Amino acid sequence: MRPASLRTVYPGPGGFDPQEIKREFPIFASNPGLVFLDSGASAQKPRSVIDRISNYYSTDYANVHRGVYRLSARSTELFEEAREKMRAFLNAADSREIVFVRGATEGINLVAQSWGATFLKPGDEVLISELEHHSNIVPWQILRDRIGIRLVVAPIDATGGLDLAAFEALLSPRTRLVAMTHLANATGALVPIETITRLAHRHGAKVLIDGCQAAPRLSVDVQALDCDFYVFSGHKTYGPTGIGVLYGRYELLSEMPPWQGGGEMILNVTFEKSEFQDPPHRFEAGTPDISGAIGLGTAIDFIEELGRDNILEHEEALTGYGVDRLSRIPDLRLVEAGQRRLGILSFDLEGVHPHDLAQVLDQHEVAVRAGHHCAQPLVEKLGLAATTRASLGVYNDESDIDRLAEALEAAREMFLR
Amino acid sequence: MMDLRELYQDIILDHGRHPRNFRAIEHPTNFAQGHNPLCGDRVTVYLTLDGDRIADVSFQGRGCAISTAAASLMTEVLKGKTVAEARALFAQFHARATGGEPGPDLPEPLAEEMERLEPLTGVKAYPARVKCATLSWHALEAALKSPGATVKTE
Repeated sequence: MRPASLRTVYPGPGGFDPQEIKREFPIFASNPGLVFLDSGASAQKPRSVIDRISNYYSTDYANVHRGVYRLSARSTELFEEAREKMRAFLNAADSREIVFVRGATEGINLVAQSWGATFLKPGDEVLISELEHHSNIVPWQILRDRIGIRLVVAPIDATGGLDLAAFEALLSPRTRLVAMTHLANATGALVPIETITRLAHRHGAKVLIDGCQAAPRLSVDVQALDCDFYVFSGHKTYGPTGIGVLYGRYELLSEMPPWQGGGEMILNVTFEKSEFQDPPHRFEAGTPDISGAIGLGTAIDFIEELGRDNILEHEEALTGYGVDRLSRIPDLRLVEAGQRRLGILSFDLEGVHPHDLAQVLDQHEVAVRAGHHCAQPLVEKLGLAATTRASLGVYNDESDIDRLAEALEAAREMFLR
Repeated sequence: MMDLRELYQDIILDHGRHPRNFRAIEHPTNFAQGHNPLCGDRVTVYLTLDGDRIADVSFQGRGCAISTAAASLMTEVLKGKTVAEARALFAQFHARATGGEPGPDLPEPLAEEMERLEPLTGVKAYPARVKCATLSWHALEAALKSPGATVKTE
């Protein structure tokens, strides 16, 4: 089945060997035939992350920032060490710019409810794009309905990429924030966020980047990007669920009011008033997801050990292989992803509904996502009700793509014969 | 895991590809839309009631093979039935599709129609697909209740 001409040779860059990497993920030992192509929804977890969480609870667990006793001090140290790892992962200038949140969704909601509700006035504009996930649409709609901002949407062009000229034309003195994805989750379109940020700043707007799909695949340097906020989710970055990161420029965070009140985020409380902590703790009310943060720290170690340039090179090569392989399937249309597609292959097999397709693929032990991928406006703009999406991770290789292609052929046989 | 052909039996593939009564009724006495937000499937069910009897029934929409076949088969079995018979069929079908208690046996002519729907009850092994098989029936029920309604499966 595999066309020899498409074959690339692994191990790839830096000795990158997906087969060997796969052995680091216990899920594949428990499910030997599994072809997992849904890392865009949530990535599998390496053994080191699973063990770290378990060990932390077994040996070092206590609440943080409270106890005088040594165990609590150790726990606090591990939690803050994890924060430092996030700082290094994003190359932020200062670890106080790293706020632990439940995930990217919470990070965006935090910015909307704290920064947005404080600094935006009726008529101010938040500029997003058609490529956004619901989590970068709905928080702004809620804010719009609450305080009367305008939500402006930059369109995609005919190639499925962001229409940069249209984006630039939408920027005005009213634009106060540009909130945009780094890598579109539904299509894999990579957005030139350096350009976006430069243009937005030229118009005096702040910039928030949704890095959910980019963080596991690309090197991210928030100082080089010069963005004001950057969010990502731990569970898509080979870490646990329930934890994520909001990066915010310190001078912005320090001006922002808390968005949730409780323990951990206060300096002094009386029944009359409370004084709040400085960032990042001001935004971390209540006992945080300590084990999640520590587990995410271990996931970041895992990524750094593989090498982020190697991961990028691997995903680019495999994306290219996937495009070539799937393009050879009759009646299959890859959903356009602009000038540069990375890590995500979204497609439509004409005449076969994505849910029927995903069902047949599941029978072949190929796990993909079918639906609108929480990007309903984008999928509808592309003229579809739903797509089938294969998304890549460090453990995938060409054999996974081949298995996907074979299962797609079987589905064609079943529904289109 | 059950063989996928149990889910996608020939009759389902056939009705999925070539749905029957796939048209709008221009002046329906009742109609309703069904929407499954999970997958974006939409179906509109049209009815012409003649007193208590379903004189005509049709549907339009977009959906997966299961939901299209379910709507198609539903229109075939319902034509000429009374509203009470339609509801009895739905109750029995719903129970069988979800693996619930089927309740008392249906009288003979209805039991035969139920047999025709039997292939669709394979969805009970695939919980995520139960709604595909029942969406058009939910829309039917909404149409019977209040002419011109929208129902969601969620």
